[in-house]
Amino acid sequence: MTTFDLASTTLRELNSALHAASDGTFTIVNPQGAHAVAAGIDSPIDVTVRGSVGYYCAGMHQQGTVRIEGNASTGLAENMMSGRVHITGNATMSAGATAHGGLLVIEGNAGSRCGISMKGVDIVVGGNVGHMSGFMAQAGNLVVLGDAAGDLGDSIYEAEIFVRGSVESLGADCIEKDVEAEHLATLERLIGESGLDADPAEFRRYGSARTLYNFAVDDIDAELAAAGGAS
Amino acid sequence: MCGIVGLFMKTPRYRPELGRLTEVMLHEMRERGPDSAGFAVYDGDRDDVSRLTLLAEGHDPDWSATAAALEAALGAGVDVRVTHDHAVFETSGDGRAARQWVIDNAPGVDVLSYGRRIELYKSVGDPALVAERYDLASRQGTHAIAHTRMATESAITTNGSHPFVTGADTCLVHNGSLSNHNQLRRQLIAEGESFQTENDTEVAAGYVSWRLRSGDTIDEALVRGLADLDGFYTFAIGVENGFAILRDPIACKPAVVAETDDWVAMSSEYRAIARLPDVGDAEIFEPEPSRIYSWSLAA
Repeated sequence: MTTFDLASTTLRELNSALHAASDGTFTIVNPQGAHAVAAGIDSPIDVTVRGSVGYYCAGMHQQGTVRIEGNASTGLAENMMSGRVHITGNATMSAGATAHGGLLVIEGNAGSRCGISMKGVDIVVGGNVGHMSGFMAQAGNLVVLGDAAGDLGDSIYEAEIFVRGSVESLGADCIEKDVEAEHLATLERLIGESGLDADPAEFRRYGSARTLYNFAVDDIDAELAAAGGAS
Repeated sequence: MCGIVGLFMKTPRYRPELGRLTEVMLHEMRERGPDSAGFAVYDGDRDDVSRLTLLAEGHDPDWSATAAALEAALGAGVDVRVTHDHAVFETSGDGRAARQWVIDNAPGVDVLSYGRRIELYKSVGDPALVAERYDLASRQGTHAIAHTRMATESAITTNGSHPFVTGADTCLVHNGSLSNHNQLRRQLIAEGESFQTENDTEVAAGYVSWRLRSGDTIDEALVRGLADLDGFYTFAIGVENGFAILRDPIACKPAVVAETDDWVAMSSEYRAIARLPDVGDAEIFEPEPSRIYSWSLAA
């Protein structure tokens, strides 16, 4: 195991070493809120960060595992492609933004816009998510064991959102949908992989009503009539 | 961008280190605002005086002569402390009269702050140098707010730097940009406010000042501000006995708060908080949008 102390090692030295490694176990201490810690990993390495990090921790992550024992600021695991990012504390804004794949686990709360524009990642949040989470989410699953703040899933495409607690309000074109057997299976798998504990039967499912992103030319007359402008 | 820090000492334990710890925090926010910086410190030891923080930018006035003339006008003594191009005047006389006298009789001198407890320093340049020039590290007190500026809406000048005074012992710092500041400035001028710059934050400060003058509490002024201020903002507002923070309803501009038994700290980024004492025991959270948070000394 290799240990990096960010009180005495520069961020560039740390990330260069992580990028050069093809395997192994690494521990990072004294992150002190630094930005871009362990960003850009692309190998099956195992990284543990002891303490809280700043922006874009584990951004663009592929293959490996990053575990953060603390909190994270904006953009945790943004644009991750594969692998696993797991944080024991809270994450602030835009966790998992635009992420294409892999598993992001947030044991605590996530701030606003969690999973914004997510494109295939699975995100499991042990606590609550902030306002406008799942905004324009395109693919993947966002599983929330706690509550969701306002405008959940605004302008959502084909991502699935599961919430166990309350939902303050749904955003534009986001509706509640039935939970089928396949969704229970998805929940069981993701909760199991996250290491958190919840009964899949307690979740409600939310997704797109598909009224925003399909322009249906056949409907144009009806829409014009509704707007009072039909010829 | 811009960086904000606020530090409020709930107990006397770290009050002698208020300035040093605020400087540590400000230093971490240099990259968010390398253009200019400023800080307001609230010192609790002399409630029997009024104090003004004055700025004479680009010239070197005879502060002693100014103070002597003010003494004659007030019929009360005036003590002067000069730090670089700033001076603090302390008087047992009428503070409002003193402020008005300076505005009317001291050309080239700006009143940066007034009240019983606040002192306010700001300048263009590297925040680390600003902190050093105005001796932030040695200052003691109950709370401080500070700002590092990356200018977007108006020029890089001392008067365009934060904090902005909003009334007696109140001031405001801002991360963000207001989109309706020109319209609001015209309305506030009609209400009797005056402005020194084209800066959007000065308008927000003028707005709070107008509401406080109209009888609102700071919380009431901020609730009304949610409806009237259009744009992106995280505000930190210093008041005589504490400070408040508010984020706009979208809350794109960052803020993090940490609280221990001894202190409350807020900043744009956690790294400014990471170096405070006992931070491992702090409760840390992200302030919610449209919600006013405030901390104050027990009455």
